[in-house]
Amino acid sequence: MSDMIFPVLELVCPAGSPAMLKAAIEAGADSVYCGFRDETNARNFPGLNFSPEELRAATDWAHERGTRVLLALNTFARADATDLWRASADAAAEARVDAVIAADLAVLSHMSANHPDTRLHLSVQAAAGTPEAIAFYAREYGVKRVVLPRVLSVEEIRSLTSEITVETEAFVYGGLCVMAEGRCALSSYASGRSPNLSGVCSPPEAVSFSDDHGERTTRLSGFAIDRLPAGEVGGYPTLCKGRFRGGGFREAAYLFEDPVSLNAMSLLAGLARAGVTAVKIEGRQRGRAYVARVTAAFRAAIDAIGRGESPGPYEALLGDLAEGARETTGAYGKRWR
Amino acid sequence: MMASIESGGLMELAIGPLLFNWAAERVETFYARIADEAPVGTVYLGEVVCGKRQPMLQDVLARAAERLEGAGKTVIWSTFALPSTPRERRLAAELAADTDHLIEAGDMSAVWSRMPAPFVAGPLLNVYNAPAAAELVRLGCVRLCANVELPLTSIAEIAQACPGLQLELFAFGRLPLALSSRCAQARMEGLHRDACRYVCDRHPDGMDVSTIEGQDFLAVNGLQTLSHGCQLIDVEVEALKAAGVSILRLSPHSLDMVSVSHLFCDFVEGRIKSRELALRIGSLGPPGPLISGYLHGVAGARWGTGGVAV
Repeated sequence: MSDMIFPVLELVCPAGSPAMLKAAIEAGADSVYCGFRDETNARNFPGLNFSPEELRAATDWAHERGTRVLLALNTFARADATDLWRASADAAAEARVDAVIAADLAVLSHMSANHPDTRLHLSVQAAAGTPEAIAFYAREYGVKRVVLPRVLSVEEIRSLTSEITVETEAFVYGGLCVMAEGRCALSSYASGRSPNLSGVCSPPEAVSFSDDHGERTTRLSGFAIDRLPAGEVGGYPTLCKGRFRGGGFREAAYLFEDPVSLNAMSLLAGLARAGVTAVKIEGRQRGRAYVARVTAAFRAAIDAIGRGESPGPYEALLGDLAEGARETTGAYGKRWR
Repeated sequence: MMASIESGGLMELAIGPLLFNWAAERVETFYARIADEAPVGTVYLGEVVCGKRQPMLQDVLARAAERLEGAGKTVIWSTFALPSTPRERRLAAELAADTDHLIEAGDMSAVWSRMPAPFVAGPLLNVYNAPAAAELVRLGCVRLCANVELPLTSIAEIAQACPGLQLELFAFGRLPLALSSRCAQARMEGLHRDACRYVCDRHPDGMDVSTIEGQDFLAVNGLQTLSHGCQLIDVEVEALKAAGVSILRLSPHSLDMVSVSHLFCDFVEGRIKSRELALRIGSLGPPGPLISGYLHGVAGARWGTGGVAV
């Protein structure tokens, strides 16, 4: 590694609850992101998220410690309930969060018109991966940062950042959408609930399991999406990571993607050199201990890079945490192109 | 130029962009028949799924456009749903810059390159509510093909709030459900996308995908995942008009699309009801069982509010 000074990467960590927010900040997060306890954010699972009061208190607590709070308002407003998204945007501004992360044109236009002082980040749910799309959101709504779709290689990110005027944030750890984010209706096709609208992919009430002949079959609204030997632990049962038959193949296979989890720690320096401003850990639905551990490992790795050292010693720290127990550097290495 | 649609009166038919990798001769024959025989006002042309297919179709589609326009159809050029390579971005920008023709924007890149010139917002633009639709109207959108997940009630909300906006409904064909930058079809064949041998050309309606238990479920078309079921609107014309819908999109499949468009013509002109439309479409050999759940706010795989179509 050369002795050049890398720009410091901002470490953005998940806060699925007030307790997780504290754990992430104490473990070294520069920023945390969270959502309200309703369908206005893309991790609308039971037992997660914040009330407006909790958000206000948590934001004050974070600010006292020099940490930023980003509020994910990143689902698309249901046509008959746009007031809920509008009220959430107002509540976020009132809590003095450091940025609102949004994807819906309705939310973006409301924020830029009514809360021009609140910073806007473009959610990965907007799937904006070209300079043109990013320019659109930057000019029309004053978006200051774009969370990059998880389909770009490091080289593509380098090229992209040279063509845009806003900051970029890249996912470096956790679950991966296989499909273009925010443009996937697989879950609603089976279950009737749209992840884009309700913030839930594979809604828990639609998931069922049945055991037969030593195997466990996972179903979403009746459709069998995977079958594993009893006792083997799979990841959260999303359709894109299920096994199917097609194209004359008699054996069921992982049609879209093997069940792997992103770990791009080894690419942090490359992402920094490619012009990325912030790196993001996925996993608001995971536990507090998980978030503390991942945050601490990435804090150490980023600090090492900042000192011009290798993050190598920290890379093996998290291997046992990966969903489905296998890790990938995802599109960043782009072996599948 | 756009065909005009009288408010509250006529219902127009449109042929959506061809989603599948058909051989050039098949594409040419298809559009020749549409030009000569199909009672549709609008035909969307252009490769929207995979940039690798586009070069093989360029000349064929240019000839198709001439023939369609000669037959009095309005041609609208559709842009990529997921442009990524510099070439795909350039092609989308070129289409957007051609203000002699209307375009259908497949993503926000095309909107950016196009505005403030008029454009059609495609079904993959994630417009779920009236304020979002109003934003696109402000930027030049004259027609919106509703996102396939939207129930008719939401379409009605959008129509009410955006009186000048034409609303198009995905009325026939396998539903485009998801996009990936990774090709599942190449993956299934053990190939990389960059050396994919264009295996998607083996499946003119997409490659059927069934569950581990053999239940029909999805269809893969290169980078795109479609429903196995075939969307067919199952509400009457009056209800569609009351919701503000003025255009019905028929998505090309390998069955006889001229016959499909004639049946839809009978439907929109009141000669047959939705039940008979479903019976007759069913007898033409649609690519999967008929589905319509999304229109009713339930799972897309269902027919009406009933069970999953099998």
